[in-house]
Amino acid sequence: MTIVRSMLAFDMPPALTRDDAARIAALAQLDLSDDELDTLARQLGDILAYAEQVQQIDTTGVAPTASIVTRHAVDRRDELQPSLDRDTALANAPDPALDAGLFKVPRVIG
Amino acid sequence: MTVREIRDAIRSGERSAAEICRETLARIDAVNPLLNAFNTVAAERALARADAIDRDRDRHRGAPLAGVPMAIKDNICTSGLRTTASSRILEHFVPPYDATAVSRLEAAGAVVVGKTNCDEFAMGSSNETSAFGPVRNPWALDRSPGGTSGGSAAAVAAGLAPCALGSDTGGSVRQPSSLCGVVGLKPTYGRVSRYGLIAHGSSLDQIGPIARRARDVAIVLGVVAGADACDSTSAPEPVPDYEAALTGDVRGVRVGVPRALVEQGVDPDVARATTAALDVLQARGAAIVDVDLPHARYATPVYYLVSTAEASSNLARYDGVRYGFRATGADLRAMYGQTRGRGFGAEVKRRIMLGTYVLSAGYYDAYYLKAQQVRTLILRDYDRAFERVDVVAMPTSPVPAFKLGEKIADPLQMYLVDVFTVSANLTGLPAISVPCGFTPGPPRLPIGLQLTGRRFDEAMLLRLADAYERDTEWSTPLPPIPSR
Repeated sequence: MTIVRSMLAFDMPPALTRDDAARIAALAQLDLSDDELDTLARQLGDILAYAEQVQQIDTTGVAPTASIVTRHAVDRRDELQPSLDRDTALANAPDPALDAGLFKVPRVIG
Repeated sequence: MTVREIRDAIRSGERSAAEICRETLARIDAVNPLLNAFNTVAAERALARADAIDRDRDRHRGAPLAGVPMAIKDNICTSGLRTTASSRILEHFVPPYDATAVSRLEAAGAVVVGKTNCDEFAMGSSNETSAFGPVRNPWALDRSPGGTSGGSAAAVAAGLAPCALGSDTGGSVRQPSSLCGVVGLKPTYGRVSRYGLIAHGSSLDQIGPIARRARDVAIVLGVVAGADACDSTSAPEPVPDYEAALTGDVRGVRVGVPRALVEQGVDPDVARATTAALDVLQARGAAIVDVDLPHARYATPVYYLVSTAEASSNLARYDGVRYGFRATGADLRAMYGQTRGRGFGAEVKRRIMLGTYVLSAGYYDAYYLKAQQVRTLILRDYDRAFERVDVVAMPTSPVPAFKLGEKIADPLQMYLVDVFTVSANLTGLPAISVPCGFTPGPPRLPIGLQLTGRRFDEAMLLRLADAYERDTEWSTPLPPIPSR
């Protein structure tokens, strides 16, 4: 029975449109071309259709597992620890303001 | 030479670290152009380090990895040495600090010789998503080495380094180890600190060693394992002497086989080799027992829902502000979108999109929450199995090395390759891949047996792997690569 239902699910993938893909891309801050959006809409649709089989499983009353850490190793005093100096922290920045000690970004406020 | 042979030769003074280092670099020079296994070769740094070890030999006499060359996957940070995650967005990134695993290796006397190619941000199963071109399988240059730690596995298989670190989010140490014919271990979640590992799926990621022998994997694991104040998910469990666990005695060890899971979709050569491997363990006194993991067949879809959700969140940090590539944009949002749209490759963008979708309002319960619930059911399956057996055995990969280009156009087909490896990440359990044969060929392609164990029982996996190696020769041959 499970097999039949999951086969049906394959026949009816959650169709994703280019607009859906564009909406997700905007949430993820990804500028994509129309070609990329079309390809991704189709591929995400395929992958989600495949993932539909998970929906068939009875999970009534089953707690979700988000993490498998059972006990934590490290509690420490909230004390100042040595850290990177400012120039080192800025060394990989595409547009650092070394004298001011800042990461520069394009204008935010007009 | 193996890790142990190098260590012992340097400790006894029979060889110098500098000699070993020069030989390793010469081999990399000759063979790497064929394999593309390294993104960066750190020749000067490695030679300087080897000289320092030779000059200060007395201090390094007891060091467990004195003078042992080591390759590091390029998503593990090395202070002052470019670390790219095989992505354009980090092409020129030079970390200001070492990953804990790297600093522990160096403190133990290891010599980092370079950074190995991998799938971009460790997302892929074939090494083809690397922005710097695929790694080639040393056993057949037109085939994939597997992924994502394809460069680490290929380098060890081809003798470019006796040992390497990889990372494993869904099989990325074990699957390339299987496809390249070397030993690869994914330790228990929390066993090895992930400080300095470029994050992919935070509830899944583990760093693991790859080598030609189980004993070498045991030696390296003993060095990198253990709690770390810099990683709150690292575990406080004491680190046993893994090398001491390699007794060769597997009498009475119960090996579970999930027959229903492996009876379909496995290449016949792979099925034959893994069955024969169980016979070898049985002949040594292990008991083969049937086990049932009814939810394990859902592990692949569950994995791709959970891992992409975590990845979409982790990769939000690449925004062109603090490090990495930045595109120009009229305003801040345009800069973000252009930077990410141009800096990431196709597979990374696909996963960010999928993860963003399954976490978005209206879909969270149906996909992400549901996947986490099924993850619980998979965990319970394994808990039940481990009431009756000590390890669970199955093929590492359902197929041997496939051709470059064969699967890359169809993301879903590529995801299905991970069917046997992703469960260990979802459950946090340790798992090892051990070479267990070859396809008849030509080309002869390596096959790997996967053993999954109880939490923090890496010693049992290594004991079985080592015992198996004593009766077989699969780890001995070097691949037939032309050398110059």
